[in-house]
Amino acid sequence: MNWIIDIGTNTLTKVVGIGRAFLMLTGALIAFPQWKNVRLTIKQIYIVGVQSLLIIMVSGLFIGMVMALQGYTILVDYGAEGSLGPMVSLSLLRELGPVVTGLLFAGRAGSALTAEIGLMKATEQLSSLEMMAVDPLRRIVAPRMWAGVIAMPMLALIFSAIGILGGHLVGVEWLGVDSGSYWSIMQATVEWDKDVVNGVIKSIVFAIVVTWIAIFKGYDAIPTSEGISLATTQTVVLSSLTVLGLDFVLTALMFGIN
Amino acid sequence: MNDHLVEIQNITFSRSERLIYDDISISIPKGKITAIMGPSGIGKTTMLRLIGGQLKPDKGDITFAGKSIPAMSRSTLYQTRKSMSMLFQSGALFTDMSVFDNVAFALREHTQLSESVIKTLVLLKLEAVGLRGAAQLLPSELSGGMARRAALARAIALDPELIMYDEPFAGQDPISMGVLVKLIRSLSEALSVTSIVVTHDVNEVLDIADYVYILANQKVIGHGTAQQIKQSDSPLVQQFLQGQADGPVPFHYPAPTLQAQLLGEDK
Amino acid sequence: MTTRKTELMVGLFVILTIAAGLLLALKVVNQGFSNNESTYTLYAKFDNIGGLQTRSAVKVGGVTIGRVESIDLDPEDFNPVVMISLSDKYNNFPDTSSASILTSGLLGEQYIGFQPGFAFDDFVVLADGDYIQDTKSALVLEDLIGQFLFSRNSE
Repeated sequence: MNWIIDIGTNTLTKVVGIGRAFLMLTGALIAFPQWKNVRLTIKQIYIVGVQSLLIIMVSGLFIGMVMALQGYTILVDYGAEGSLGPMVSLSLLRELGPVVTGLLFAGRAGSALTAEIGLMKATEQLSSLEMMAVDPLRRIVAPRMWAGVIAMPMLALIFSAIGILGGHLVGVEWLGVDSGSYWSIMQATVEWDKDVVNGVIKSIVFAIVVTWIAIFKGYDAIPTSEGISLATTQTVVLSSLTVLGLDFVLTALMFGIN
Repeated sequence: MNDHLVEIQNITFSRSERLIYDDISISIPKGKITAIMGPSGIGKTTMLRLIGGQLKPDKGDITFAGKSIPAMSRSTLYQTRKSMSMLFQSGALFTDMSVFDNVAFALREHTQLSESVIKTLVLLKLEAVGLRGAAQLLPSELSGGMARRAALARAIALDPELIMYDEPFAGQDPISMGVLVKLIRSLSEALSVTSIVVTHDVNEVLDIADYVYILANQKVIGHGTAQQIKQSDSPLVQQFLQGQADGPVPFHYPAPTLQAQLLGEDK
Repeated sequence: MTTRKTELMVGLFVILTIAAGLLLALKVVNQGFSNNESTYTLYAKFDNIGGLQTRSAVKVGGVTIGRVESIDLDPEDFNPVVMISLSDKYNNFPDTSSASILTSGLLGEQYIGFQPGFAFDDFVVLADGDYIQDTKSALVLEDLIGQFLFSRNSE
């Protein structure tokens, strides 16, 4: 009997948690945009976006380079090394750009968001905002939410572009694939709405999910050291898994059905 | 009613099945310093959160200037909160801005004052707590006592009618404690604000409080002026004032008898 | 001062993103036959289209001049009908032109190789909606192997 009760309790806790997460999101986003909040959002874009730029660019460069290296050794056996361009660019635009950016963003910016908001809660800063008649949902949560949703697709785009350049660096400059065919076969294959736009849509979805999880886990953290460390871990694990799971669903929807 | 700013009427409050208050009533007189005392863990901070509307009582009513706090809509509540402020135990300064910006925060959020007026106001508030020289420091560069004074400057920034002090003396050295006692008293006299001081530091608070409530065992166990409290013949009150380890407020957390537990008979 | 620096960095971030977007738009994505260019439509009937797909290229001498719009099956003779759209710039192919399905490289994608026919004095130009008469189907590897084995056996 006990395990049935456990299932029931767990389900209820999860459902209540999801409900609270939705309440937080609606409370934060249903607000008149104010000039003050735009400035706060810009500051947050700096923190989650600009400060993640280095890791995103370095990762993008290396992933593009590795893909060119791996792809070349396989493709050259079939004399198809001209297809290196589309291979690198399609993998980046459709999958690796949004997904790897999502994962890195969860680790770099998501965990920081959780810890920051969790600590604000633990040090009573959120309470004191409430008592100063300032809604923490609008003051703290909303700018961070918007910043994440805006910054991550930008990072994903930069990631893909740098990766393609990295692929060019290794494939063309180093391994001697013809530069013209690298770009022209890529151009013949890659399509704007099918590949680029779908990749951007993916990264917007991931951005919403990752930022939301990160902020909610911080907002809902138990305000102790253990609570915050647990919440940070949960943010990274949960948002990484959600990104990978959602990626499959989105890929199936976008590319699976002809 | 008219000379009481806050009225707490017969409230019952429990958190996760633990009863915290059982049908208690407290009246906070206007323009006076009221102390709420009691042992740790009795839910004194909870009382302040109830007054601030962050928590809602299970039963009973709380009025602020005649209006019921639990019945307020969200926007009215936020409006009402502008005329009250709370000094948190940890100070709760915003760690990402300087002391100056912390004090200016509420002014910038809630008023349309120009930056130069705000600067004047902030410097005056900081002067009042003796921290004008520390305006550009970050909260992490302040000592505990300074952080609390900075928080106090922030709390009085909007000239509230009610200031709630949550354990203002906890963990302070004697000098900072003396400074804070002096500040609370002078603020109360100069601005004639109503103050609620929640604390367990008996001696400091009996010096400044006009009226005292002592909470224990989910009830108000004694109330009166500082003088009346000192002369109270209630054993509970005397145990608290004199710091006796055991008495009507038990030393032991409720448990089965030691013998029973050690011998494994607790089932 | 710090807010100005923040805003500057965010501005640079935006510029970087736009640069990345431009790189993708100009260098990576095919711009050749986007929707804004006017096209005309031809049909070609094949016996077997192999791995030809919609959006496959139509090339003349290696130059892409159009794309496959759709592939259907003729309900009467069950042969695949390929609808191709060609750029209006090249609108004077004679009706003796031929289309064949070719493969780029050993494992590359398949495309339609378009072979303009000889233009005689009074040649007829292929116009919008015409069928290309002369078509060569895709080479299917299995068929080739089958033919090879068959011819070996008959020796």
